[in-house]
Amino acid sequence: MTSYIIRRLLLIIPTVFLALSFLFFLFFLLPGDPASLLAGGENRVVDPGVVERINDRYGLDDPILVQFKDYWARTVQWDLGESFLNRRSVNDILGEKAVNSLRLGIWAIIIEIIVGISVGILSAIRRYSIGDRLTTILTAAASAVPVFVLGFVLQYLFAVQPNKQGWPDWARLRTSGLGPDTWTLFFIPTGEQWRYLILPAVTLACVSTALAARMTRGSMLEVLRADYMRTAKAKGLSERSVVVKHGLRNAMLPVVTLIGIDFGTVIGAAILTETTFSWPGLGSEIANAVSARDLPVLLGLTLAVVIAYALINLVVDVSYAFFDPRIRLGKGGQS
Amino acid sequence: MVDAPAPAPAPGLTDKDVLLSMRHLRAGFPTDDGFVRAVDGVSFDVVRGEVLAIVGESGSGKSVTAMSILGLQPTLEVAEGEILWKGTDLLTMSEEQRRAVRGKEIAMIFQDPLTALNPVHSVGRQIGEMARIHEGLNKKQSFERAVEMLDLVGIPEARKRASMFPHEFSGGMRQRAMIAMAITCKPDLLIADEPTTALDVTVQAQVLEVLVGIKDEIDSAIILITHDLGVVAGLAHRVMVMYAGRPIETGTTSEIFYETRHPYTLGLLASLPRLDDVGDEPLVPIVGSPPSLIRKPTGCSFHPRCRFAHVPGNCETDDPNLRLVAGDSHMAACHYAEDLADVSIDSLRSSIDIAADTELADLEVAAAIYLPEDEPEEDAVVADVAVAEGAAHPGVTDRAEGGFDEWPGSGHGPGDGEVNR
Amino acid sequence: MTIVDPGAAAAAPPAATGGDAPTTDDLGEARPLRADVWRRFRRNKLAMVGLVFILLLLLAAIFAPLITPYDITDRTQSFRAPPSSEHWFGTDAIGRDVYSRVIFGARVSLRIGILATVLSLLIGVSLGAIAGFFSGWSDTVISRIIDVFLAIPYIVLAVAIATVFGKSENSVILVLGLTGWLAMARIVRSSFLSLKNLEYVEAAHALGFSRARIMFRHILPNALQPIIVYGTIAVGSAILAEAALSYLSVGPQDPTPAWGLMVSQGKGLLSNAPHLLFFPGAAIFLTVLAFVFVGDGLRDALDPKLK
Repeated sequence: MTSYIIRRLLLIIPTVFLALSFLFFLFFLLPGDPASLLAGGENRVVDPGVVERINDRYGLDDPILVQFKDYWARTVQWDLGESFLNRRSVNDILGEKAVNSLRLGIWAIIIEIIVGISVGILSAIRRYSIGDRLTTILTAAASAVPVFVLGFVLQYLFAVQPNKQGWPDWARLRTSGLGPDTWTLFFIPTGEQWRYLILPAVTLACVSTALAARMTRGSMLEVLRADYMRTAKAKGLSERSVVVKHGLRNAMLPVVTLIGIDFGTVIGAAILTETTFSWPGLGSEIANAVSARDLPVLLGLTLAVVIAYALINLVVDVSYAFFDPRIRLGKGGQS
Repeated sequence: MVDAPAPAPAPGLTDKDVLLSMRHLRAGFPTDDGFVRAVDGVSFDVVRGEVLAIVGESGSGKSVTAMSILGLQPTLEVAEGEILWKGTDLLTMSEEQRRAVRGKEIAMIFQDPLTALNPVHSVGRQIGEMARIHEGLNKKQSFERAVEMLDLVGIPEARKRASMFPHEFSGGMRQRAMIAMAITCKPDLLIADEPTTALDVTVQAQVLEVLVGIKDEIDSAIILITHDLGVVAGLAHRVMVMYAGRPIETGTTSEIFYETRHPYTLGLLASLPRLDDVGDEPLVPIVGSPPSLIRKPTGCSFHPRCRFAHVPGNCETDDPNLRLVAGDSHMAACHYAEDLADVSIDSLRSSIDIAADTELADLEVAAAIYLPEDEPEEDAVVADVAVAEGAAHPGVTDRAEGGFDEWPGSGHGPGDGEVNR
Repeated sequence: MTIVDPGAAAAAPPAATGGDAPTTDDLGEARPLRADVWRRFRRNKLAMVGLVFILLLLLAAIFAPLITPYDITDRTQSFRAPPSSEHWFGTDAIGRDVYSRVIFGARVSLRIGILATVLSLLIGVSLGAIAGFFSGWSDTVISRIIDVFLAIPYIVLAVAIATVFGKSENSVILVLGLTGWLAMARIVRSSFLSLKNLEYVEAAHALGFSRARIMFRHILPNALQPIIVYGTIAVGSAILAEAALSYLSVGPQDPTPAWGLMVSQGKGLLSNAPHLLFFPGAAIFLTVLAFVFVGDGLRDALDPKLK
């Protein structure tokens, strides 16, 4: 087990290296010269002197391999540089935005777990009932709806319409921005914060919840058909005990994995939701950085996300192995 | 088709000794292609302490019959019949009453111990669960009982083993653990569904030995379901041979083996290779395949494959009932059962020229079984029952090998991956 | 006692086995025949609804000019008008008919979705087959490549590549194709890994068949099932991804009526002209949903266990 963990940790290094290097060279190919963009923007005539100074400052004129070497030399010391746009330290930006994404993501996962799993289990147990059929359609729909469309629909229903109809302020939700940024226990919103949190959280949670419900239902259905469930029934257990004591643990294995991986996604890659609600997290920052060709921010934030992903995946795999004795104890079965 | 009366218990035994009595059970599964008549008029008794073997090919209905006793198949539709356990009909009991019977009075041993045991619970916990449910023991006590049981079935280092998980056991040990689990509450009847089929031959013998020993130890009756006649010989008192959902011959073990009165049983016995074969004797198969349980042949279900069938004759028009053909309790469902008294297995084997026989026989069989418009469904019978029952082995998702990413489940849909957050 | 005289029987040869003979996977279960599959699929109402919708959409895309009163660049004098009898879906900020644009948008989405999926299939199936069949070196290399790409958040990767290739329909097809093959390769790889150990492969080998022949004629047909299901679902995913990319403005640009782009164009107008968002949004939603239903239906129809 420990050797497995160590092997995986070591594997992360080359993976991250290759991934980021790929991005590095890719971004190098990006059309548009960052220096000119910085010097004046896309449509203005640019002062060559300014451009030259910018090139100098950031070494943008050096041959690509030199830039590559410098980039990694700095990155290994976790010097992620400064934003081309506003000279802020990328580390600072990272810290700030990551926290926002984290808060939003945590709530999305909470909703996913509570709603998704219970719906999935109920649906599997009451297979073919009206509730199940309805749930199948709803979860399919919820997994297919594009988040940005959903976001706008929710915005319209809960903020724009109430605004137009002149609802009192206390009944209205907010659609853009972070809000007062007041929290307790890191992720619990206080004061007016929840008004800003709720719509983006629900939007972000929607697809994940639908997937969790579908996967739980599928996994539960498979487990319900398993031979050991029949054995449990033959032992005299009640239907409910059979499901709860024997079925759940087996059914949850793949679901836990799904949720674990989803955690990484909603935190690091929630670009669509964040841009739709102008939530200042990692996603919207990366999106801005791409269009502005702000390479240090782009590479720095992506690096953080890639590393976080890899670590989360590792944790998920390890915990799966932990919960499933077949994997934890290796392929036993000597003859 | 008229049913035979339920066979009377062997002389000398009173009704009190009859534990289980199945009477004219007819049950099956509705499918898209029709109703699969898996159990088509089955009656038998099980007496205290005896071992009854139910023998048949895949698709003969033997497993379904056994599982219907404990009501383990929710999709099974019972058309008629009763299953009397100590006088009360199991089919009309409330679910609560049935639960009290399961495990405590009638226990079951399943075919594949690897899938029949819960992979995430320790063996000791699963065995102890029996004591916990039926005798109210607490966790510690039930664990002790589990260790005791494992010891009883001959598993070395029982205490250590009890904390281990099913996949850490070898096949034979797993099956022994299943047996241990079944006998925990000293049931009056053990139903063993192909207990040795999934095991190596050498291990089979060991497990059977355990079964024999256990039976004597706790004085329970056993219903042994198998397709392996060798298993039957050493263990059973009485045998019931099933074909196409019905018993076609019943009797004591020696009657079945040495005084066979049904062509099918004869065929089964003749197809077994023998220890004293020189080596170039051809094996004698029964040509053809078992019939579809949805569209059974007219007349006797076996006649298309029967070497002795009277065709044209009543074999293809009248379905024979199970009737007394010899002794006090030897019954067979064949119009010409008496004729078989003259036929021995040896004579059967030597009289048949396999090469010439088989090809033509197959064609005849095909013509007889299949109506001209039908397409032969090669795996029809097995597929019928298995698919209809919905039995399946759960796949082990080994994420380490990338198994998790596999569809089905719902890991792959448009919203999956990270494009829709 | 009479033994049936083989010579006396007037035997008709058995009826031919219809359709494809069932094949077995490594669990030894019978696989359904094609007719069976279609029959099961047909019974799934949701799947049929989805299929019908997709067919209608295809027809709409093909015959777009015939069913739309306006062209996608035609400007009228009514700006941001809500739906009316003249403009079923209303008009946009510069007076174009939204309905016509949505219908032409189907062309964009379908074209991108299908071509991107074909591309991912070509790359994914080939690489996955090679990795699964030959194992060893090629497997390690291909699997590592997949791992590296999967380590990068999909949308970052897609946006980055799309930005590099420029903003057009074709670059979106390329981007989606180049990122979509990963999952397909994994599935095919695992299929091949398990199938190649079957006995009939050994037999084919022993008979001297070349490895390529074994791969394509013997293993691939059995691996087809997950490929078909996933391929269908992948078209839906690709359409969704294309919508996301055009929403982020890295896809085809105006005046191409890409649905995602139309949604983003309606962004600031939510209170005044919500119809600009809802109609293209609904188009994306319904199309993707149809693919989900069809994909689910296919999967259930092909897998006899999942009743």
